[in-house]
Parts: sequence; C-alpha cells; structure tokens
Amino acid sequence: MSIKDTVNNARTKWMEGTGPDHDVVISSRIRLARNISGYPFPHFMSEEEAGEVLHAVKLAVSSKEIEKVIGALEFTELNELTAVERQILVEKHLVSPQHIENPVNRAVVITPDESVSIMVNEEDHLRIQCLLPGLQLEETWSLADKIDDLLEKTLDYSFSEKRGYLTSCPTNVGTGLRASVMMHLPCLVMTKQVGKIVNTISHLGLAVRGYYGEGTEAYGNFFQVSNQVTMGQTEEEIVKNLVTVSKQIVSQERTIREVIFKESKPYLEDRIYRAFGNMNYARMMTSEEALKNISDFRLGIELGVLKGLTYDLVNELIILTRPAFLMKKAGRNLTPEERDSLRALLIREKLSKVRIN
Amino acid sequence: MEKGGNYWGCILVIQSSNKSEMLCEKCQKKPATVHLTKIVNGNKTETNLCEVCAQAENAMGFGWKPDWMLQNIFADLFNQTIAGNQALSDTGARPVHCEQCGFTETQFAKVGKLGCPKCYTVFENKLDPVLRRVHGNSVHTGKIPRRTGGTISLRKEIEALKRELQAAVDREEYERASEIRDKIRSLENKIG
Repeated sequence: MSIKDTVNNARTKWMEGTGPDHDVVISSRIRLARNISGYPFPHFMSEEEAGEVLHAVKLAVSSKEIEKVIGALEFTELNELTAVERQILVEKHLVSPQHIENPVNRAVVITPDESVSIMVNEEDHLRIQCLLPGLQLEETWSLADKIDDLLEKTLDYSFSEKRGYLTSCPTNVGTGLRASVMMHLPCLVMTKQVGKIVNTISHLGLAVRGYYGEGTEAYGNFFQVSNQVTMGQTEEEIVKNLVTVSKQIVSQERTIREVIFKESKPYLEDRIYRAFGNMNYARMMTSEEALKNISDFRLGIELGVLKGLTYDLVNELIILTRPAFLMKKAGRNLTPEERDSLRALLIREKLSKVRIN
Repeated sequence: MEKGGNYWGCILVIQSSNKSEMLCEKCQKKPATVHLTKIVNGNKTETNLCEVCAQAENAMGFGWKPDWMLQNIFADLFNQTIAGNQALSDTGARPVHCEQCGFTETQFAKVGKLGCPKCYTVFENKLDPVLRRVHGNSVHTGKIPRRTGGTISLRKEIEALKRELQAAVDREEYERASEIRDKIRSLENKIG
C-alpha cells in the first residue's frame, strides 16, 4: 500500500465492521498535538522554518526502529498530491479539512493500513492520529502513545512541567489529546433523545457533534463524542471517561432500538425497504440522501431484512459516495449533477449482491 | 459570562426546519430555518437564523470545523482579561509581546492561538485564569516525554516517595520508611 493506493481505494481500516460494539460505534480516534521546540507554531512560522520542521519530521518517521515497531510510514508532502486526492484524505478522515486549505509546506505521514496518520504543520507541527474500528479507545490510545514515544526519541518536543505539551491553541494544551468516538444513533434521533444526551454530556467536559453536516443537521445520524478538556486530567483518565460515557450511549441506543424493533417493526421495515428501493433504482442521488439511506441500511442489517449486507459494505458506501472520491473514480472534475448520477451508479453496483430476505 | 468556576466545554446544537414562521434574527427578512442552541457554562442561548446568515456565522461548517467555536470563545475570554487589565494599566504603553517571536496579546485575542512555546511563559499570568475556565484546571498532570522531559519524571517520583515516606513515619512503620529513604537517595543521585 502506498499513498496512491490510499487515494484510489474507498476501503480503510476504521470502517472494518468487526470492531467492538460495531452495531453502534463506527470508529475510535486519538489525536495528539505536538510541537518541536525552538520553532514558532505553524501559523506564525516563516517558509524556511516550515521547511525545516518538514525535514526533521521526515527524518524522524523514517527511523529503523519505527519501521520495526509500527511498520513503514510513508511521508508525502501535500503539494505532491492533486486537489482531489487531498480531499479524499479528508473524506477518509486521515487529515482534517483545515490541513488541506493551504497545501504549501505541509505533509502527511500514513501507515499502510491507514490506522495511523500524522499531519505535519497543520495547527501544530505534529498531529498524530490513530483511528481504529469500533469502540476500542484504550487500544487506540496505546498505539498513539507508542508512536509518540518513538518520535520523541529524535524530535525535541516543546514541553513545560506546569503546562504540559505546548500547543498553538491553548484549548489543546496539557495532554494535547483529543479522543473521539464516532457513533451511529438513529433510534436516539428518532425518539428525540439526542438533545438530552448532548445536554448531559456537556457537564462532563465532553462534546457531541453531528458528523456529516455540511448542511444544518447530522446527516445519517452520525455523531462524534469527544473530550474538550485537555489539562488537569491524565490521558488515561480522559480516555476512561470517554469510554464510560460512550458505553452508556451505546446501551441507551440499543435499548431504544429494541423497543422500536418490537413496537414499530412494520414502520421500520418499510423504511428499510424504501431505502433499498431508493439505492437500487435511483438514477440521481445526492450525498445527503445517500447518507440517510446508509443510516437505514445499518438498522436493516440488525433487523435482518437485507441479505448480503454487511457493516463493512455499508461503511464503505460512506466513503464511496463522498464527492472527491467520485471525482477520483471518474478521473475528472464533475458537476454536482454528474456526481449524483455517478453516485447512484456506484451504489447500484455495490449492492448487486444484496437481496431482500 | 460567569466569573470563576469551572468552564466545562461549550455545546452547540444545530437543528434545521423546512418551514418557519419566525424571521431571521439577523437580517429580519428571510424565514429562520437554522436554530442554534449554545450551552456555555450551563447557560443556554438560542439563535434563529436564515441559511444565508447562518452560513455567514460559520454555523454551517460546524461538522467540519470542530474547533472553531471553542477557539473563538477562548479568544473572547482572553479579550475580557485584557480589557479588565487595561482599565488598571497605562493604556499608552506598548502592548505586551513575546521577546522570542514578537507575538502580541492583541494578536492572540484576535486569532485564539499563541505564536510560539515561549508565549506560554510571557503571557502566563493572563493565561492562567483563562485556562482554568476552559479546562477547569491550569496544571498538566498527564504524560511526560521521556527524553525532552529530562528529570521531571524522576523529580515527580521523588515527590511521591517523600509523601509515602511521611505517611510511613506517621504510621511508625520505620522499616518501610528506611526502605523508601534509600530509594529516594538513589533517585536523587541519578539527578545529580
């Protein structure tokens, strides 16, 4: 696998439908913000300094020890990629949208299985990100911790005893840790419980946000729960806190699912059949509509309505139907109408083996 | 905003409606179809905007730019601290700036980011209350880098052992106390 495979393949590690609690949790993510001492933060750096940071990181990630422990890391400067390829990295959650806003003097480092990606010169010199499928935040943290230790063997981190890891924005200072869990909560949304959960969680130093929301709502009922507080708690405490809360949300979603499955089965089945009809016969499909159907498909797997449909396939559809990925497939820029048409076609192809049970 | 106390993150809920009787609070022309609920420090505020104004407010991008809001609020908090202090100090003086990178507190208030690691020391007094409000704390208790952390881990370990030593003495467990004392000595020798 190389960066070229990454941008040509819709599949990625975090979407494997086999992680713990995969019926509700899509992925677990850990992000560590780190800076190299002696340099201003990226937004205040000269081009020369930015180049030096790139060089230092490139050397650090190519160490033999890292290759032995983590696997070969591929270092790619963002301007070696096309605009569409950069956007695909965003769609696969490997880099942030902010990272590709200005590709000059920025880079990304990715492992072959895409579970680790490091953004260089984003808001901080280094943003180490680990992404694993399902609810396995502790494992994700221990992976990030290991990579962090290995990099620190050659890179001088900016660290203060009192304030911890110094970051460009003080909202990340201390541990520099942002842990997040992406969840699919269709039944909590259906029963209008999400608002209540958001409210409760805010008192615990955590935040919930709709994940796919270029528009105004959480399309597809995907939500991300993450910590806001990065100081005064250890990494283990932050992770444990988030895991506890996530488990509670998972169990609430499951309880409500069970009730809805029992009480309103015909209504739910109707919804899933409609989604199936839509996905199989539509000739034009917007990404919002696709996400809505994908959300219903996920429930369909559990209800056992559709044969041959797996969490793997449904998660793959999420990436496959994103705009940049479609353009990469087509090999050229597409108008929104052309995208809607290609999206509908790709979905039909992917669903060719799925049948009504 | 409430002074002091813990600031436990900030929550934004965005809902949309297809039709709305309400007019946009900003332009007062188009119907308000975007409803923002912000909960900061337990205080709830609701804003109703039309799509155009909401976009301008950057509310629409919230799914993609998770940090923008917290960052803005952070800058706001810092601004308040500056405003509070300016009333007391001579306003004609050159704004406080970092001698390492030249970043000023006015720039920080604008972008919500610092210029370089040194800025944390330069703006220390002003950052402290703000950090406490944002994180509920202003002291790091987490991971220490093995190499660049130097002797910090050792010193922390010694501090913890000293507390343990005192406890052992209090309990009159003198054998245990002498063991701990030996450990402390050997660690102190490592630091030199």
